[in-house]
Amino acid sequence: MSSLAETKARPWLLLSPALGTLSFLLLAPLCFIVVYSFWLRTATGADTGGFHLDNWAEFFSDVFYHDILFYTVRIALMTTVICAVVGYIPAYFIANTRMKNKGLLLMLLMLPFWISYIIRTLSWINILGTSGAVNALLQWAGLTGEPLQLLYNEATVILGLVHYLLPFMILNVYVSLVGIDGNLVSAARTLGATPFGAFLKVTLPLSLPGLAAGSLLCFVLGAGTYITPLILGGPTNAMFANLIFEAIIIQLNWPLGAALSIVLLVVLGTVVTVYGRLMGLNQLSKSFG
Amino acid sequence: MTDIAVRLTDVEKHYGSFQAVTDMTLDIPEGSFVTLLGPSGCGKTTTLRMIAGLESISAGEIAIKGRRVNEIPIHKRNLGVVFQNYALFPHMTVADNVAFGLKYRKVGKADAREKVRRALQIVRLPHLEDRMPSQLSGGQQQRIALARAIVVEPDVLLLDEPLSALDANLREEMRLELKRIQRELGIATVFVTHDQGEALAMSDKVVVMSNGRMEQVGTPEDVYNRPASHFVADFLGNSNFLAGRVETVEQGLVTVVLTQGDLRLTIASGGRFKPGELVQVVVRAERISLGREPEPLAGPLNTVPGVITTVDYQGLNARYFVEAGGHRLQVINPIDRNPFRDGDRVMLHLRAEDAVILDETGRVHH
Repeated sequence: MSSLAETKARPWLLLSPALGTLSFLLLAPLCFIVVYSFWLRTATGADTGGFHLDNWAEFFSDVFYHDILFYTVRIALMTTVICAVVGYIPAYFIANTRMKNKGLLLMLLMLPFWISYIIRTLSWINILGTSGAVNALLQWAGLTGEPLQLLYNEATVILGLVHYLLPFMILNVYVSLVGIDGNLVSAARTLGATPFGAFLKVTLPLSLPGLAAGSLLCFVLGAGTYITPLILGGPTNAMFANLIFEAIIIQLNWPLGAALSIVLLVVLGTVVTVYGRLMGLNQLSKSFG
Repeated sequence: MTDIAVRLTDVEKHYGSFQAVTDMTLDIPEGSFVTLLGPSGCGKTTTLRMIAGLESISAGEIAIKGRRVNEIPIHKRNLGVVFQNYALFPHMTVADNVAFGLKYRKVGKADAREKVRRALQIVRLPHLEDRMPSQLSGGQQQRIALARAIVVEPDVLLLDEPLSALDANLREEMRLELKRIQRELGIATVFVTHDQGEALAMSDKVVVMSNGRMEQVGTPEDVYNRPASHFVADFLGNSNFLAGRVETVEQGLVTVVLTQGDLRLTIASGGRFKPGELVQVVVRAERISLGREPEPLAGPLNTVPGVITTVDYQGLNARYFVEAGGHRLQVINPIDRNPFRDGDRVMLHLRAEDAVILDETGRVHH
């Protein structure tokens, strides 16, 4: 009998380090946030515990939050579409190049990750700012007398997000392209397809899982960011994560911040789940792996 | 010239300084089954890929049905290619896979469906139209790949080691199938393989290749029984190579004294050999027959005593290693009621016409 109990316990024993780590780092903090979202911030600045629905009532009743949530989804979607279109080309090139240093190309792709995301975002100020490279060039060429205001609008937010997320898209598409058997394109060609025809009929459909995985990653990361709109956006370009940042860091209203965090988590979690159902979860995990 | 499906004239392929294919000149007649046979790296697949247009041609000319195709892109060559790993489109059903090439050939929808149905019937898989390739066995995928290649009625069918991914039993079966289908359709076929059994069993013409060159072109019987070079004799079957010096040449019979040991062999040869010339005698292992005593057979015969040193039992045949006249010879003989054992004293018999003499460089004399 004891041996049976042992065999039953063994998997759990082996899983315990992973389960422990996950519980401690993910599950426990999440529980804290859920509990916090029902607390209340008082006028004195102290938080009172208990079960209050005020934070949730504020979110559901105030259109301001809803608008920003929709705006966030829209920006993330536009960023994702641009990443997909712009990212496919270098991914295709790296996957099909006959260069010996394919590894070097992939490393160049990873290179931006060695620099802080904030620094990378700030670098756009040197490029697009009033005394930045673009304005200096325009003024030197005599195309404009006064420096143009290029920064702090929706376009620069999307530009910053694309800059940040493009490598994720390229890597995911690259992985799916490399996995396609080269003979498939050859077979299509011998059967009469032009190079572009073979791409449309064979390569593109077979790379869709990678494109889908990359898109999901770009959407989730894009929708969850606050740094880019903070640095490159104007007052009207705040995204949902900026509200959380504001509530927690500026207003020190942790309970409201907790409630808003849960909203974002639920929205993005739903997107991931629905997307996974539609695209096939194992396809996605294949591309991630 | 219309009876030549594919003509290669002085075709070469180099990658940088590496010569992958040199001086390929070959006619593939309409309706014939031609095999490019050789070890890996001999240039056989490169040659096939040049015909298909998947590799560019460095020098020379390839013509399909009398039309020079060097500059014609792949998709305008009207070919059927079966790849080693079948290369079925994994995201399409069997029917869509087979119909793929028809879309580019202005075939109407109903007509296309009929052609697909017929192609699947030819490969004897008429009921799988709606399956996905991943749901098929290796042998079935192979047949679908073949159906996809033949449905477009190509000028030439190119097969790149199509059987090598199948297991042994299935391979034998597909060998017969492939040959039957090729016969039925009467389509010129170029088949690439490293398997001599496949090459000998299926081909009208075998092209033995080595290091990017054609070693010999001939019928299966030609290349097997009358190897034109040391390489061919060595690559096909089991051969004994015996170095020696020509002693006398008389009425098509050449007497060779072997360099090693004390053997003297009389071999029938059409080559112009001179006494004193250094030569190689090639003897197929199954051409030597073993007996317990000297028996006078008709015709010029070499008879040598020997001792069996190793018996390699193979069921139908046995492969013996026999010490004779200072040589260790391979002999393959059918196993009769009382097979030979290690240490048995035997007589080796070799007919004069059952051996080939090559010159010093390992080539035939003409």
